[in-house]
Amino acid sequence: MKDVSIKELKNTATQMRMKVVDMIYKAQSGHPGGSLSAADFVTACYFKYMNVNPAEPRWPDRDRMVLSKGHVCPIQYACLATVGFFPEAELDTLRKEGSKLQGHPSMTKCPGIDISTGSLGQGLACAVGMALAGKMDKKDYKVFCVVGDGESQEGEIWEAANTAHKYQLDNLITFVDVNNLQLDGTTDEVMPNGDLGAKFRAFGWEVLELDGHDMEEITAAIDKCYASKNGKPKALIGRTVKGKGVSFMENQVGWHGVAPNTEQYEQAMSELKAQLIA
Amino acid sequence: MSELKKIATRDGFGDEIVELGKENPNIVVLDIDIGKSCKTGAFHKALPEQYLNVGIAEQNGAGVAAGLATCGKIPFVVTYAAFGSMRICEMIRQEICYTNLNVKIACSHGGVTPANDGASHQAIEDMGILRTIPNIAVIMPADYNSARKLVRQAGTTEGPVYLRFTRDAVPQIYGPDVQFTIGKAHQIQDGKDVAIIANGDTVRLAIEAAKVLADKGISARVLDMHTIKPLDVDAVTACVNDIGKIITVEDHNILNGLGSAVCEVAAEMGKGIVKRVGIQDRFGESAPYERLLEKNGITVENIVAIAEKLQ
Repeated sequence: MKDVSIKELKNTATQMRMKVVDMIYKAQSGHPGGSLSAADFVTACYFKYMNVNPAEPRWPDRDRMVLSKGHVCPIQYACLATVGFFPEAELDTLRKEGSKLQGHPSMTKCPGIDISTGSLGQGLACAVGMALAGKMDKKDYKVFCVVGDGESQEGEIWEAANTAHKYQLDNLITFVDVNNLQLDGTTDEVMPNGDLGAKFRAFGWEVLELDGHDMEEITAAIDKCYASKNGKPKALIGRTVKGKGVSFMENQVGWHGVAPNTEQYEQAMSELKAQLIA
Repeated sequence: MSELKKIATRDGFGDEIVELGKENPNIVVLDIDIGKSCKTGAFHKALPEQYLNVGIAEQNGAGVAAGLATCGKIPFVVTYAAFGSMRICEMIRQEICYTNLNVKIACSHGGVTPANDGASHQAIEDMGILRTIPNIAVIMPADYNSARKLVRQAGTTEGPVYLRFTRDAVPQIYGPDVQFTIGKAHQIQDGKDVAIIANGDTVRLAIEAAKVLADKGISARVLDMHTIKPLDVDAVTACVNDIGKIITVEDHNILNGLGSAVCEVAAEMGKGIVKRVGIQDRFGESAPYERLLEKNGITVENIVAIAEKLQ
């Protein structure tokens, strides 16, 4: 764990958002909405908590990050580049032929990706496998996982939740990114999730509910997860805003999977820049 | 050979996995609540710390296995062929094959061997479906000893492997010292008039047919093509060049299984004739195992008749 101030983390999250917008604009393809809603949690993980080594991406004792909602990989790519897993210039190759940065993350192509994802509902089970291996081998690493609220409609999420409970995986910290939107509309319209916190609790998880954009709340929640060795897997139910940080993308279902044009890009970048705290 | 006791190839898996697990602590059995039926009981008892059971949740089982494999474990996901191929097909593709992880899918109840269970449990499509996914080896051993050899090789070779075993007991063909290599056909006998290429529980039929044919003056080359992917293209090419007349036999749909794989080689060579014996692209039913084979023409008599017609 690194000693980083809340202010620093907030600014880093804003910088990561700028990289997300920049790479999706350059690719003219990608998923800005969810990348921006998960940005604060993923930033906190990479810049405060995760014990990783860019010189040895497969270091067996590292902490792991699984984006079960793999389409939001631009935020992970931004963090990985900034932490030093590959040159930042490569962010400009997102979704281009020959790039490490596939449209959905590939562990065989990109250093720092712990498992390939992209087909929704599958990442949590993989994260469970990693956490389980950690328990079997008596290692101390943590496994972080990001699950979407829309994604929670997949049955495999709940199969994995059962397994995490059975094997007492308190080394698994799952952030549920509740931005209330999915591709076809609001989650309430498409398939109401009900109370996701209550659902995870019913599956035997320790549940913390928080503002998924409040860095104080995020770090307090993760600190609590680190301190809690009660055998319960951890679910952080994060209330978030899809497109967070870019006014015209916020809460807009249309910004799930489209890239900004030049005018929109410039506006987005200037809005984000204004959010940096001096 | 026929005097030896019949044994299901799932027992070969169950026995060999214990040995493998004792030798390598990274070997993990991941059951999906049908371990007893898939013969992992001895492993569970001998090596409880290498044993997991994720309940009736196949998709999650595949994902957990992938996660374990990223951490150096060698998980064997154990279930029935119908579920281990189709229920979790996309998880195998996305999390095991695309990632090229060291996960083995070990399935009992291949083909129509779960005969009385009916069509829901009979896997006639599995090998064909998995054959179209990059990176995975697709294997069905013919008998107990070859099952043990191929399980051992799967467990000691990096990469995704699908192994398919019989529910029902089948005759023993090979002794305990037989050598098998994934991707290399095992020639049981040579011949010059017809090549019979079989796998799994139908290899015994190919051997019997070859005996009948020998009495009729027709000499058959018999190959146990336990691995349909990667296919032993050289062995098939040799059959086309040396003999030109090939019969494939499989306890699998004639579409996209061993027969199709062999046809692909012959078609690209532009020579030879291939006749396919297998499930006739229709669902099974609850019935005795041998009856189900008969209804699809998977019999010694039919193989012999086809071989005679080819002459």
